[in-house]
Amino acid sequence: MSLDFKPGAFNDFFRNETFREDFTYRNSPAAIQRFPFPFDRDDYMYSVNMEPHVPGRKGSVFEHLLDVDEHYVSEMIDRARVLAEDPLRCQSLPHMTLAGWDTLELVMEAKARDYPQWFSLKKTGDRWHWINRPLGIEQSFTFLDEATLPCGPFEYIMRQTQGDWTLQDERDNTLWMDAGIATSQADWSADFDIGMNFHEWHAPVPLAHEKGIFDRALKFLLKLQHGAPVRRFNWTMTVNPLLDTSPENYPKWGPTKTSLTQGNLGGKQHLRVELQTLYRLPRSNAIAFDIRCYLGKFEELVTMPKWGRRLHRVVRDIHPDLAAYKGFLRNREAMVEWLSHYDDGLPTTPGWWPED
Amino acid sequence: MKINLTPVDAPSIRSRPVYSALEPRNGTLHLIIADGEGAEAVIQVLAKAHDRSQMLSTAHVIYAPGPNGTDLGAELQGLGAAQFYRAPSIPALLPRLQRVLSDARMGTQFYLAGTEGLIGQAETAIMSYGFPFVAIQKEHRGSTVRRVQCVHCKGITENVATDPFKCSHCGLNLFVRDHYSRRIAAFQGVNIDAEDPGQVPESVVRFK
Repeated sequence: MSLDFKPGAFNDFFRNETFREDFTYRNSPAAIQRFPFPFDRDDYMYSVNMEPHVPGRKGSVFEHLLDVDEHYVSEMIDRARVLAEDPLRCQSLPHMTLAGWDTLELVMEAKARDYPQWFSLKKTGDRWHWINRPLGIEQSFTFLDEATLPCGPFEYIMRQTQGDWTLQDERDNTLWMDAGIATSQADWSADFDIGMNFHEWHAPVPLAHEKGIFDRALKFLLKLQHGAPVRRFNWTMTVNPLLDTSPENYPKWGPTKTSLTQGNLGGKQHLRVELQTLYRLPRSNAIAFDIRCYLGKFEELVTMPKWGRRLHRVVRDIHPDLAAYKGFLRNREAMVEWLSHYDDGLPTTPGWWPED
Repeated sequence: MKINLTPVDAPSIRSRPVYSALEPRNGTLHLIIADGEGAEAVIQVLAKAHDRSQMLSTAHVIYAPGPNGTDLGAELQGLGAAQFYRAPSIPALLPRLQRVLSDARMGTQFYLAGTEGLIGQAETAIMSYGFPFVAIQKEHRGSTVRRVQCVHCKGITENVATDPFKCSHCGLNLFVRDHYSRRIAAFQGVNIDAEDPGQVPESVVRFK
């Protein structure tokens, strides 16, 4: 399946940009203002940091259940390219088809409700009619009948949804990652991790096991109820606005980590924020996990004085094991040097909003 | 990506399977799959059985020599199981295992003993037929060489003893990450000199 992008998909709102080769991705001033800056204080350590995923401030990435932003169309074009190059990036074990339908329903209903100018969903019994105007897609299908879609329900809706998603089956008191798509991932392999349970796929994360983070997180997630999704932030660092920092392609993007200078760092170094949301699905009882990636250039983030001060302090003081795991230990000193020019030592206010 | 060569005697990692001594259980069929020194674990579990002759009369033993050359096939054959098969290698025993699994019923007990490569591949085959993993016992014996999948080209290199090593498919220099997939039955191999091409640390023997 390939997307046939109709001319005119890029309008005044959706940016026409690339996440590879010439890397024309950037945030508009409005997008910088609403960037989900993940640090609510001047230091960082792991925590479960989960909160209800309820509608937040108007204009923020929390305003709607699923955030559709100015990068939507370009991100979907990038996803289609990644999947064409490597179909193993999207997999669903046979028993996960129902969870795929649950996910399709979740996405279509949320987008049609919150963005009626772009998406429409009409149901006549099991006959559904879906319109995705930005991507130029119109599809009639029978809900729960795979034969009426051009590919499986999970892949179908994921090709129209920002963020990497995994679907977790619940058995034996744990969660099993039995379906997933990864084209904008922070260096983890969906192909390798599919079929693993919760503790297995988190095995490489340093420090957190010893702190009991994953035991508590799993207990929390097993109690997740339909209709009460939760969210948390995670983050890392990425050189160039490369969505697809996959382990598969690490030999291709790894060398870019050596390309930073004080002159180019502000434009090349990106804070990579993951807005992670979790949903209990109604029919399959599976849990959908959405890892939505937001990329912000250092030079964009420091236009908010509070964020410039805080980012400098977080990067300067982070535990070296975390900097190593997140893959930026080798550039940490250069980042601190560059960011220090935006930290005048003044105190910062609590919370992540730029103006508070 | 963190490059941290964990000593081979380090505590078990979280994604690594848990191994313990095989125990005899009640079952309609005892499917016993072993390689190399795993034969010794098979002999011991049979010695522990309340009714050894009953267990043997419903046992199917499938065996291959270990990657280090250990071959206890004759000893296993001498036990007198209802069915015994000695394959020359793990890949050679998998088709027979698939055939046996296609007829096996719920209530079958699975006993896997030997190298992680043997245990992982047999477990993957058993789980693909829908058997619950609580019916599968695993005891690691003998060689600690690893089966490693290159995360870049997806090729699997068998019997990896050194770290780093060269992928037998694409030729990249890989370090063995402490990350194990039961579905693929392999550890993960990641390019060690991606950020600084050509700067490969000296290879050391970590798995014997």
